[in-house]
Amino acid sequence: MRDPAALDVLTRRGLIGAAGGALILPEPAFAQPRRGGRIRVATTSSSTADTLDPAKGALNTDYVRHYMLYSGLTQFDARLTPRLALAESFETRDRIRWRIRLKKGVPFHDGRTLTAADVVFSLMRHKDPRVASKMKTVASQFAEARAIGTDEVELRLTSPNVDLPTILATSHFLIIRDGTTDFRTAVGTGPYRLKVFKPGVRTIVTRNPNYWKPGRPYLDEIELIGIPDEVSRVNALLSGDVQLINAVNPRSTKRIRASARHAILETKAGLFTDLVVRQDRAPTGHPDFTMAMKLLMDRELIRRALFRGYATIANDQPIAPTHPYYLPGLPQRGYDPDRARFLLKRAGLLGVRLPVYASPAAEGSVDMASILQEAASKIGLRLAVNRVPADGYWSTHWMKHPLTFGNTNPRPTADLVFSLFFKSDADWNESGWKNSRFDQLLLAARSEADEARRRQLYGDMQVLVHEKGGVAIPVFISSLDAYDQRLKGFGSIPIGGLMGYAFAEHVWLEG
Amino acid sequence: MALTLALILRRLGAAVLTLLLVSLVVFTISSLLPGDAAQETLGQSATPEAVAALREQLGLNQPAPERYVRWLGGLVTGDPGRSMANDLPVRELIGARLPKSLLLAGLTAAVSVPLALAIGILSAMFRGSLLDRALNVATLSMVAVPEFLVATIAVLIFAVKLRWLPSLTLIPEEATLGEMLRAYALPVMTLCFVIVAQMARMTRAAVIDQMSQPYVEMAVLKGVNPVRVALTHALPNAVGPIVNAVALSLSYLLGGAIIVETIFNYPGVASLMVDAVTSRDMPLLQACAMVFCSAYLLLVLIADVIAILANPRLRR
Repeated sequence: MRDPAALDVLTRRGLIGAAGGALILPEPAFAQPRRGGRIRVATTSSSTADTLDPAKGALNTDYVRHYMLYSGLTQFDARLTPRLALAESFETRDRIRWRIRLKKGVPFHDGRTLTAADVVFSLMRHKDPRVASKMKTVASQFAEARAIGTDEVELRLTSPNVDLPTILATSHFLIIRDGTTDFRTAVGTGPYRLKVFKPGVRTIVTRNPNYWKPGRPYLDEIELIGIPDEVSRVNALLSGDVQLINAVNPRSTKRIRASARHAILETKAGLFTDLVVRQDRAPTGHPDFTMAMKLLMDRELIRRALFRGYATIANDQPIAPTHPYYLPGLPQRGYDPDRARFLLKRAGLLGVRLPVYASPAAEGSVDMASILQEAASKIGLRLAVNRVPADGYWSTHWMKHPLTFGNTNPRPTADLVFSLFFKSDADWNESGWKNSRFDQLLLAARSEADEARRRQLYGDMQVLVHEKGGVAIPVFISSLDAYDQRLKGFGSIPIGGLMGYAFAEHVWLEG
Repeated sequence: MALTLALILRRLGAAVLTLLLVSLVVFTISSLLPGDAAQETLGQSATPEAVAALREQLGLNQPAPERYVRWLGGLVTGDPGRSMANDLPVRELIGARLPKSLLLAGLTAAVSVPLALAIGILSAMFRGSLLDRALNVATLSMVAVPEFLVATIAVLIFAVKLRWLPSLTLIPEEATLGEMLRAYALPVMTLCFVIVAQMARMTRAAVIDQMSQPYVEMAVLKGVNPVRVALTHALPNAVGPIVNAVALSLSYLLGGAIIVETIFNYPGVASLMVDAVTSRDMPLLQACAMVFCSAYLLLVLIADVIAILANPRLRR
C-alpha cells in the first residue's frame, strides 16, 4: 500500500519525496478545479475551548481550523504516505539525526518569510509543559533542534525513528511563527487566512492568494461552525445552510441518500472503541478471562446493528486493514460463547459479578456493553453495565476499573498506536499489559531501515496483541461525512473524516 | 413613593447577599465535579506531569478558599478574570454572547407576552365557552410537548422540506431586517411555545378571580360592555399576579434557552455556561451564574415594583 517510490529513496539515499512533493490526490481526472465560492462547514464540536494553537488541538474542529491556517513540513496523501510540504527534503543516515531542508521563500500571512527558526520553535515548544501540548509525549523524542542558516534544520532524536516525516504531518506539528505565544489570531503559511475567530461560535477564513502551492486553494471563503447535535447537523445540510458535515450517524444515512442534492462519503480508518480488560488485577488479569471477553464479542452483530454496516470487523489488534502495515492472514477471532464458557470454567471465574463501565464518551460503548452483557448472561457470567456520563469519563473512569471502554482515534503510524497504547510503560497502556518481547519488537521496528523486515516486526506485534493483549477490539468504525454534491474534489484521507481534516485546500465548488 | 424606594433599596441589598450565597454554592458544587480545568483541557492526554504543569499555570494548585476569595475580589473590582479554557477575558466572552441572548429573549418577550395576555383575557371573558376550552387545550399541549421536539419538527417542516426559513440562527455581521426576522423566526416560535402557556393561564386565573368580585358584578349590572369590564375594571387589579408570572417566564429565556441555542446553533450565554461546565472553566462558570442570578433577581424586583405601583393598597 505504501508508495514504493518514496520509501525506495528513503532506504537508499536517506531522502524522501522523489517526486518533489507532488501530491497524489483522490481527484477525478476529468474535473477541472474552479476558483471562487464560499462554503459553510459544520463539525461536531465547537466550544469556548476552541483554539488557534496547533499544539492544543483536541477535537476535529480544531484540526480542520489548523490545517486551513497552517502548513506542516509534510502532509498526508490518500494512502497515509507522508509527502513533502514546507520541507524540500529529509535526509538521514542513522534515523537519529535528520537534516530537513525547507522550501525557499514561503510567505507567512503577514508577508514574512518562513525560516528555520520558525520550524525549530514550532517543534521544540511541544516539550515545554506550559504549552500544554497534546503531543508532549511524542515530542519528548526530539532531543535537540537547531537552525543551520535560514532554511535548514537539524533535528536530533533520542532514538532512531523512521516515522519522523509521518509524525510531522499531524496537525499538532504544523508550523507557526517563531516566538508566538498569543493565539488570539493566527499567522501561518496555510491555504487560508484568518478573518474571524470566535471560540464556540465560528471561524471564517479567506483565500490566501500567496499560498505556496500555485493555484491553490480554490474557495474564496470558508466558514467553520460546530453543531454538536447530530440531527441538527444533518438538518442544516439538507436545508442547504451548510455544505459539508462530519460524524454522520449511520442511522441518518437513509435521509441523506434520499436527497438528490447530497452525498455520503465513508472513510474506513483506524478508529475503534475497545473493551479494556485490566491485566494488573484479579480476576480480569487472568489470561482465560481476557480471552473469554474477546470471544464474547459478537462482532458481526456490533457491525450490523450498531453501525449499520459502516464498520470493519476487527481482530483485537489496533492496526486497521487500511493501514500500510496491516498483517493480512491473521485468523479472525469469532463469537464463540462455548469456548468462552469453557475458559471461564477452567479458571473458576464463571460465578464472578463484575461491572462494565461504558459512556457516550467512547462511541458506541454503551450498546457494545449491552451486547456483551447479553452474551455473557447466556453462559452464566454476570456483568452489570454502568452507564456513566461523557463528562469527566476519561479522567474518572477510563482504565480505572477492571472493565471499561476506551476509544482510540486513528494514528498515522503503527508505531504511534503501539507506543501510545500498548507499550508496557505507556501512559495510556489501557489494560496495564506488560510484555517485554512486544517492547523489544517496537523499539527494533523504529530503527529498522529494511522495509520487509520492518513489516515483519509490525506483523509480529499484531499477532502478540491479538493473542495476548488486554483489549478486545470488535470493529473499526468508519467515519461518515456528508456533503453538497456541488462540492468537488472531496475524498478520503484515512486518518479521520473531512479528508483527514485537511479538505480545505483540496475542494472546490462547481459553478 | 419613598416607601417604594426604600423597598427597592432593601431588595437590592438582599440581592447582593443572594448573589454572594449563589456564588459560594456554585463554587462549592462545581468543585465537586470530577476532574478540573487542567484535566479537561488535556483530555485523554492528561499525564500526571502535564496536569501538574497546567494546574500550576492556571493557579489550580492553590487551595480552593484562596481561589474563591481572589475571584470574588476580582469581581468586586469589575474584573471577573480570564477563561481557563482559552485564556480570553471572561468579560469579553460574556460581552459577546449576552447581547445575543438578550436580543433573543427580547424578541420572544415581544411576541409571547401580548399573545399570552390576549389568550388569557379572551378565555377569561368567555370562560367555559368553546373558545376558552380550545385555547386551554392548545396552550396546555404547547407546554406539554418538549421544546427539542417542537424545534426539530419545525426545522424539518420549514427548513428542510419547504426551505422557507434557515435551520440555523447564524446572523451575518451586516444582516438586513428581513434576514434577521427569518433567522429568528424558528427559535422565537419554539421559545414562545414553552412560555406562553404559563403566562396565559395565570392571566386567565387572575382576571377570572377579579371578574367574580362584587365591583365587577356591579359594573356588569350597570351595563358596561364586557370588553370594557375586562380591560379597565378587572385587568388593572389583576396586574400583580400577571407581572409575576410574566417575570418568572421571562427569566427562563436566558438560561433555559439552552436547547434552542443548541438546535439552532445560536451563540447565547446558556451554551457558554454549558461549555464552562464541560471544560471546568470556573471563572466563566461563576460569571455566567452571576449573570443568570442577577437577571432573575432584577426581573422579580421589576415585577414587584409594578405590582406595588398598580395596587394602591400595597403602595402604603
